[in-house]
Amino acid sequence: MNSAELTLPATDDAQERYFQELIDRDSRIEPRDWMPAEYRTSLIRQISQHGHSEIIGMQPEANWITRAPSLKRKAILMAKVQDEAGHGLYLYSAAQTLGISRDEMAEQLIAGKARYSSIFNYPALTWADMGAIGWLVDGAAICNQVPLCRASYGPYARAMVRICKEESFHQRQGFEILLELSQGTAAQKEMAQDAVNRWYWPSLMMFGPPDDESPNSAQSMAWKIKRFSNDDLRQRFVDMVVPQAEVLGLTLPDPELAWNEDRGHYDMGEIDWAEFHEVLAGRGPCNAQRMQRRRDAHEDGRWVREAAAAYAEKQAAASLKAAS
Amino acid sequence: MTTPGERDSADTWPLWEVFVRPSRGLSHVHVGSLHAPDETMAVRNARDLYTRRNEGVSVWVVRAADITTSDPDAKGAFFESPSGKNYRHASYYTKSEGVKHL
Amino acid sequence: MNDGAPAHPDGHGHVDVAKVTLSEEIVDRASVASTDVAEYATWLGDDALILAQQLGWWISRAPELEEDIALGNIALDLIGHARSFLHYAGTATGRSEDDLAYFRDEHEFRSVHLVEQPNGDFAHTIVRQLLMSLYLFELYRELAGSADATLAAVAGKAEKEVDYHRDHASQWILRLALGTEESRERLLVALSDLWPYVEELFRDEPLHDVLAGIAVRPSGLREAFDRVLTDLFAEAELARPRTPTTSGGGRRGQHSEYLGYLLTEMQVLARRHPGATW
Repeated sequence: MNSAELTLPATDDAQERYFQELIDRDSRIEPRDWMPAEYRTSLIRQISQHGHSEIIGMQPEANWITRAPSLKRKAILMAKVQDEAGHGLYLYSAAQTLGISRDEMAEQLIAGKARYSSIFNYPALTWADMGAIGWLVDGAAICNQVPLCRASYGPYARAMVRICKEESFHQRQGFEILLELSQGTAAQKEMAQDAVNRWYWPSLMMFGPPDDESPNSAQSMAWKIKRFSNDDLRQRFVDMVVPQAEVLGLTLPDPELAWNEDRGHYDMGEIDWAEFHEVLAGRGPCNAQRMQRRRDAHEDGRWVREAAAAYAEKQAAASLKAAS
Repeated sequence: MTTPGERDSADTWPLWEVFVRPSRGLSHVHVGSLHAPDETMAVRNARDLYTRRNEGVSVWVVRAADITTSDPDAKGAFFESPSGKNYRHASYYTKSEGVKHL
Repeated sequence: MNDGAPAHPDGHGHVDVAKVTLSEEIVDRASVASTDVAEYATWLGDDALILAQQLGWWISRAPELEEDIALGNIALDLIGHARSFLHYAGTATGRSEDDLAYFRDEHEFRSVHLVEQPNGDFAHTIVRQLLMSLYLFELYRELAGSADATLAAVAGKAEKEVDYHRDHASQWILRLALGTEESRERLLVALSDLWPYVEELFRDEPLHDVLAGIAVRPSGLREAFDRVLTDLFAEAELARPRTPTTSGGGRRGQHSEYLGYLLTEMQVLARRHPGATW
């Protein structure tokens, strides 16, 4: 697809009306449909960021593949991190339908021009972090992602359907890791509680800033890319994990957590948004490390990608010659 | 006109569309895309990515650039004809209702 | 849909990843291995385990996302083989697969030196994978006919999986050999670095005689290994390296310096919590 085809007249009223009509009746926008330039830009930003998050998100867990404490856990963890590569790939493919290339996205990421979920800038310090990441981080991600299966942009929604199905195992395996630890030795239980203490608040921050400070949310909701507000999803997540923590026998590090009969929801304490903005601004504990690792993989792999491309070209030229 | 997302020149490895046959007796269904340097690797990458949970018994890959699609701007004209031709559907014929094996 | 199957409500096609039948994770025929068979199963299990441990490092570091996934699949196959073999080996002494993987010291491991060689660059990893996959394929093909039903069953499954691994490695050998000048140069270095460890794979040990009919004599696999390699090298325009053979000794617990570091990393957490379950 060349770029000339992408720049259709944005002022075409009939096309804009048709686009809005599709959105209004909950239909899907497909790649070749006319769409407002801002809808396209906003989707490219959101989908590629989502893809980057999957790719960077491989690192904290990959950090424990070589040290997993049993062969079964090693296999599960490998399969999970591998899934995340797959999810990044599905998302990059969806973004590509909007006119950005995989290489462009990779370059944006390693140049530090693209954002990814700041949760992955926290370190995975113990094995229990594999449990907490699966249970809390993937749990929060699933809360965010399930509504995206109905996002108005077809390729994004379809990628999310596949991702959500695969993610269901991620959260469960995390929960099981914590359950084993919690029911294990005193040292194991302590490890589990420590991990939950460290990952709980960051996982709440994954839903983004409060609704009154979320600049892009209103437009995304109007376009039905987003379907629930940040605060609604955060509440849904908290309501879900509080009873699960009881099953685990672990405490969530928020003394203000309390069931509110009137609201039918749990009340929660104030999130430290100053920390959120620090991490978002690249001053989290692992920002530089994550970026460096991604950059190394990309640069170290360049000669391999080029070799395969050169081979393909030579083979194509040879078969062309043989045919003539 | 090729499939959306195909920007051959911009990527080191071109984009491929993947179709998987879930089991014998079913059609190949489009499941997504991937990147690969050539068709040999594309079909292997498709196996590794899209069938790792037992999703398929057969895989097709096709270079995204090789797909020809209908023109989206002409969709009105292109897909207008079938509407109004209800006689193509069995439900159009109501007089035979109640008659067996018809 | 033409085939009459119901369309997925999401219009996503009807490839349903949620509907799977769960099959056995490891091959376990509930039989107890003799001391000799257990020793042999340990050799097989250790090779697969160390190789899987090495490949696991690549996930999140591969040259392209598609390759993260491909190497991940291969590593997962190998862990499966290792678990089955080590589980069986453990039946002789009442130990679990994890007891054997995590609580044996370096000199108790029986892996060959080739799998202990570091990942290096992608060319080193691919060459190591090629050599091991070609060897393991011939080995498992024979072992599938072993008089020991458990070994035969594990080998039967592993043979099919390793067949794919050797194809994956062969495809990459062709691309690296005939791709760019740089890739060819790197491949030649990797081949010459790893070639010295090939000989050890095919060395018969006294245990092979003791377990005649059960174990596979590796010397008998060399011809088939060479034949496949010769064909591939011809297509890739490669010559067989001339680097000298090393002494090996992995089957007797004499290892390269690399294994100690690898095991230290692999075992650190399990050893800090002996007796714990995970």
